[in-house]
Amino acid sequence: MPITIKIPTPLRKFTADKDAVQVEAATVGEALRALDGRHPGLWQKLVDGDGADAKVKRFINVYAGEDDIRFLDGLATAVADGAEIAIIPAIAGGG
Amino acid sequence: MPSFQDHLSSVKSSVREVQPEAVRDRIAAKAPMVLVDVRERDEMENGFVPTAHLLGRGHLEARIGKVAPESDAPITLYCAGGVRSALAAWTLQQMGYTNVESMAGGFGRWAQHGLPVETRKSLTKEQIARYSRHILMPEVGEEGQLKLLAAKVLLVGAGGLGSPAALYLAAAGVGTLGIVDADTVDLSNLQRQVLHTEDRVGTPKVDSARKTLSGINSDIKINTYETRVDSSNVMELFAQYDIIVDGCDNFPTRYLVNDACFFLKKVNVHGSIFRFDGQVTVFRPGVGPCYRCLYPEPPPPGMAPSCAEAGVLGILPGIVGVAQAIETVKIVLGIGHTLEGRLLTFDALQMKFRELRTRRDPTCPLCGPNPTVTGLIDYEQFCSMER
Repeated sequence: MPITIKIPTPLRKFTADKDAVQVEAATVGEALRALDGRHPGLWQKLVDGDGADAKVKRFINVYAGEDDIRFLDGLATAVADGAEIAIIPAIAGGG
Repeated sequence: MPSFQDHLSSVKSSVREVQPEAVRDRIAAKAPMVLVDVRERDEMENGFVPTAHLLGRGHLEARIGKVAPESDAPITLYCAGGVRSALAAWTLQQMGYTNVESMAGGFGRWAQHGLPVETRKSLTKEQIARYSRHILMPEVGEEGQLKLLAAKVLLVGAGGLGSPAALYLAAAGVGTLGIVDADTVDLSNLQRQVLHTEDRVGTPKVDSARKTLSGINSDIKINTYETRVDSSNVMELFAQYDIIVDGCDNFPTRYLVNDACFFLKKVNVHGSIFRFDGQVTVFRPGVGPCYRCLYPEPPPPGMAPSCAEAGVLGILPGIVGVAQAIETVKIVLGIGHTLEGRLLTFDALQMKFRELRTRRDPTCPLCGPNPTVTGLIDYEQFCSMER
């Protein structure tokens, strides 16, 4: 079973308007890599750095299930088959 | 047929009377006494004897057991002049209460003698009618409605989110509503900002808000501030309120509202929208996470376009703003589970709500154990930095 990555509205212009992308991965980092493979440029939009110290940008939250991966193992957070990863950007509108 | 006078004198001869001064002394000495006011509700509006249970005469027999479960409990009844309390005392004796007395001269003599009077705001007849659907529910009741009427809630922004939130909070009887917004009504606002109307285009939003809200509920106080919240005015403004409802439209103000709420220990009911997406949560300073725990940094300029640039479904703020109003009312009433520790996201296109966990960040520069933000900062600069 693949991993489902939920794409928020502001990023759908980079995923050909798809609101979810399915990838094969064992960690959140691998999933975002696979997403970037499918839709090049997304890694840079979401992540600072490239190597082992790569971190999700601080104005974007990535959730594995219900939990923010910043409070788990970051990009190394393991994801099981069928898991859902949600990318939640800060939004400020209200007017 | 026995006359009322005959009945009353027979009742009075079998009911012990006590002078107001003796009751006062017992209250002062905290002597055991179940003091019961048997007057009608509207008679209590000018005050009552401290410590009295306001049971009224009508349901006395049904309600006395709650305040006096033992049949030998020392019960003292009073009314306005001493007649109804004597009759009520006689009735309680018939029920089997053995230690009942009636206060001579009632509340009238009590007040005349200059004895201490307590006033508790009770709902007026009109309020009871207006809020009857609230009062019917035990989770709110009259006590809850009084809490709502005593609550002071500030809405930051009278726009997309502030409009529906304000309409419902006013209707619900939140007693003091503050509204801060520097803008004037624009035609492009009417697609979603349901507080405002065509004939108010060009007039200050806060004035328009006041007109609409006082038309819905003239029973509440509406304070308006035609200004932009900034570091110079936020502390003084927020200090006057219990709960802050954040419906602003930009990142600098989001961080400003968050920090000011943290420093003043005010609950921040957060809502934000973008195109078809909404987010709602509650930040309770020092207890749950804050906005900086959730989003440590704002997106760089250009990364997060505003609704003015990217558009927003006009109905979306209805869902999000009303969710903020519900959370606000729950917080005032102290009922249910708020969104503290949870981020509710809403996707209007999929019509899906989703719940994500939020946590206090041990590295939070504001509410973490080693804070670096210890006062208000320059928020425009904070949000315009390229990182």
